[in-house]
Amino acid sequence: MIELVRELAGTYGPSGREDEIRGVIRKKISGKVDELYTDTLGNLIAVKKGNGKRIMLAAHMDEIGVVATYIEENGFIRFSNIGGVSPVFSLGQRVRFANGVCGCVCYEEKLKEPKDLNFSKMFIDIGTNSRERTMEYVSPGDIAVFEAGTIEQNGRYISKALDDRIGCAVLIELIGQLNEVKNEIAFVFTVQEEVGLRGAGTAAYAIKPDLAVAVDVTNTGDTPGCNPLSIELGKGAAVMIKDGRTISHPLVKNKLIDLAKRFDIQYQLEVIEKGGNDAGSIHTTAGGIPSGGVSIPCRYMHSPCEMVDAGDVKNVVKLLKAFIQSED
Amino acid sequence: MRTDTLLEQLCKINAIAGFEASASNEIKEIFGRYCDKVWVDTFYNVIGYKKGSSKNGKKIMITAHYDQIGLIVTGYEKNGFLRVSNLGGVDTKALLAREVTVHGKKDVFGVIGAKPPHLLSGDEMKKNVKLTDLFIDTGLPDEELKETVAVGDPVSINSQFVRMVNGCAAGRNLDNRCGVAACVLALEKLKNIEHENDVYVIATVQEEAGLIGAISSSYNIEPDIAVVIDVCHGDMPEADKASTFTLGKGVPVGVGPAFNKNVTQQLLKLADQEGIPTQLCVEAGDPGTEAWAIQVSGMGIAVVEVCIPLRYMHTGAELVNLEDVDTAAALVSKFAAGRTVRLSKEDADDTDTD
Amino acid sequence: MIRTLIELTKIDGVSGDEEQVRKYIEERVEKYGLEHMTDTIGNLIVRAGENSGNLKVMLAAHMDEVGLIINHITDDGKLKFAAVGGFDTRILTGQHVRIGDSKIPGVIGYKSIHLQEKKERESAVKLKDLYIDIGAKDREDAEKYIKLGDFAAFSSEPVFFGKNRLKAKALDDRAGCAVLLELVKEKWPFELYACFTVQEEVGLRGATVAAKRVAPDIAVVIEGTTCADVPEVSGHEISTEIGKGPALTFIDRTAIADSILLRHFESTAKKESIPFQWKQTVSGGNDAGKIQVSGSGVRVIAVSVPCRYIHSPVSVLDIYDLENTKELVKKALLTLPLVFDGRQKND
Repeated sequence: MIELVRELAGTYGPSGREDEIRGVIRKKISGKVDELYTDTLGNLIAVKKGNGKRIMLAAHMDEIGVVATYIEENGFIRFSNIGGVSPVFSLGQRVRFANGVCGCVCYEEKLKEPKDLNFSKMFIDIGTNSRERTMEYVSPGDIAVFEAGTIEQNGRYISKALDDRIGCAVLIELIGQLNEVKNEIAFVFTVQEEVGLRGAGTAAYAIKPDLAVAVDVTNTGDTPGCNPLSIELGKGAAVMIKDGRTISHPLVKNKLIDLAKRFDIQYQLEVIEKGGNDAGSIHTTAGGIPSGGVSIPCRYMHSPCEMVDAGDVKNVVKLLKAFIQSED
Repeated sequence: MRTDTLLEQLCKINAIAGFEASASNEIKEIFGRYCDKVWVDTFYNVIGYKKGSSKNGKKIMITAHYDQIGLIVTGYEKNGFLRVSNLGGVDTKALLAREVTVHGKKDVFGVIGAKPPHLLSGDEMKKNVKLTDLFIDTGLPDEELKETVAVGDPVSINSQFVRMVNGCAAGRNLDNRCGVAACVLALEKLKNIEHENDVYVIATVQEEAGLIGAISSSYNIEPDIAVVIDVCHGDMPEADKASTFTLGKGVPVGVGPAFNKNVTQQLLKLADQEGIPTQLCVEAGDPGTEAWAIQVSGMGIAVVEVCIPLRYMHTGAELVNLEDVDTAAALVSKFAAGRTVRLSKEDADDTDTD
Repeated sequence: MIRTLIELTKIDGVSGDEEQVRKYIEERVEKYGLEHMTDTIGNLIVRAGENSGNLKVMLAAHMDEVGLIINHITDDGKLKFAAVGGFDTRILTGQHVRIGDSKIPGVIGYKSIHLQEKKERESAVKLKDLYIDIGAKDREDAEKYIKLGDFAAFSSEPVFFGKNRLKAKALDDRAGCAVLLELVKEKWPFELYACFTVQEEVGLRGATVAAKRVAPDIAVVIEGTTCADVPEVSGHEISTEIGKGPALTFIDRTAIADSILLRHFESTAKKESIPFQWKQTVSGGNDAGKIQVSGSGVRVIAVSVPCRYIHSPVSVLDIYDLENTKELVKKALLTLPLVFDGRQKND
């Protein structure tokens, strides 16, 4: 699993520029599904045919990043965020553009107060000293992702972009484990989740599943001085009850809980106030699609050192496998 | 049916946003008395259908959401306390020292508590209390509480229904059981009126949690015209006059970008002819009601809105004038039955571009 | 085209009240002999081009403008209002407006500076403290002219000034409407729908439903966009510059431009020597956001005419930017089949 996670998390794929990561995922699953295609917005859709219910599992391929907006006279790159990037987490990080050029994220030195830190006071340095030199590598509109390695330590995966490459890994693992299926399963690797759940809605509109489950990461409440939240790392798959966008449909939520109990899969319940995942846009598509979520608890979300528990990931795979094979 | 009896019955029902499943049957039973057909859809919208007498009639959808605001359990604290978050726009000013029901494996009574005032600094006292500062005291031993209540269980806020002087009533859930009551009364009236239009009366879900019911039912029904019945703010001292409406002086009808101008004008004209009092409720953009979602459903739906003024919204002391509920029912039933209801030339939906 | 734009900016069409603008455009396309329809929400959809089957393109420009809506009449006959669409409300004090179908003139009032306390002077006026004065004696008098729900638009006549500059209200997005009215006259080798949308300023509402009806493969949105090339703004905070050609948006808060379309427009501009610029900030959004996620997804791109002081009665554009916007879109669309025709929609 760690090798798969490392490869997925290390592949370039910010929102709107998912071609490279899509290519990697496509390679991993081609030949293992009955249908495999990319839709207009770039969602990768893999279908296992069956005669039962049509179930959609969605994990987003895109990651957060930064976009070059302006090149200074002296070669520095001004940038803005793609998705929920924290200025604090970005500071001092390396970023990498699609063509491999790396840059350092720095800030204007006369800035005194940390609270005044925002992207308009920050810039990327790729080591050039003129606009012309920089423009040989980077133009406005080019997007970079954060750069950080992937390690496994004490039963945890630590990496950038586990949000939501770990979800993608779960889907790929599931595809590998399944042979014949009774239900029809659409595994959807969605685009543009980080900028407003845009891919999942259009994919669901085309697929029109009976049920849908978003497979994404969720925050935990188990670190020093964090906001109260009952999710903990290593305590099992998180069954989503509610997030900032969606109240899970009883059909999905109850089934997940029942299956976790029946097959003795460790699980916990997720109620969060803010933020939303792909379920939010699937839920309201085409007259409403009963949706819910199974989440992988993740610390330090949207940082270069997101952390998940390997056991939780296994439990998520088990629970989803039971869900898509269930015939009631 | 007496409006106050009906409303009291409706207000007692617990249908917290996202957790309407258990309540849908009771609404279905009430609608069923007056409809040709009634059903509950996947999302627990309750749909009552009355067939029109002409095949040239329009398809008219009348919606009133039946979900209510509430709380949801997010975690446990030692000694029988629960932490909660909101389901819908809860006013925390109206939560301190209230009674609640936690809907776990069985219903658990609780009171809402917070750090006592004498332990708060002067500054803290000046600030509005946050939901994260509050907890539910169930008084149960921890083991038993965990056994009975799970994270994610919904919580309803208890409050009684009272009849007041001057035809008023107060209590919880009047937002928007008033609208549901108006739907029922309108159905009752439609039973005795010959109407050409096909009428779908829908008690919708999850209005308070993102207009989910309006989105799903308008997509599925695909009506020509939709009438939304919801509450608006009643007149309160100190409140902005432009966004509040006098109780008992007629039902406010929505005007603004969210509402179809021609159909709204027809509605107002009809009210005028029938001597039904109306006011105008101006909304510069998103009116915060289902109208906003329905208008852009499918290829676009002509929406009008009829409001019932209500004071102290989202508290357990919501106050309305029952006469306004009757007025809304009278207007909506006449409108739904009316031959005058038509989409003008401008609204003509014939795709003559093909 | 510039004459059309001037006529368009003289018409009032606050979001939700676009009828007059639509009428004007309708008359024009009727003259061109084009099929058209108006949908429920009020979008005007015009059909042009050949039905070749392979490619369906949607052009979108919105008819509506930001403005005010009357929501209360005070006892002394003043009109209270709310803002329709997003704009800087500090600009309002002392503006001229015209209200309702009969265009009743009014001014936006606030108590004179002499009468303001120190604290009031130091803070921006809140919208709720402002009102429109039409000179009515009292409420009864005001009600003879005004009803609640009437829209008020800024009163601002178009003026040419400086070098090739035009000042007017509502350049966002009558500029786009003017471009579309030119483009529908062309011969197109594919199915093309020009959508004049409503209610963009209050949440991209018209485009939401228009896109569902048209169900295009590709959509090009033509917009007025903000232009911050004014003193005391440093380079990287300037989104676009006036007079530097149409602005291509790679990303904003509502949509990420389709990369194939973006490259195609870029190379067209270079090949045809049409000046263009990148919109260098990622703020704002437009109809492309809703069109992109319509149905099972649409490839979108937005081409914008830079406008200074956008969303105010005194927005300004460069007439060559307008001309070049039209040229770029026209040239890029004519070669579109080379990029997309025969190409499988999905790989």
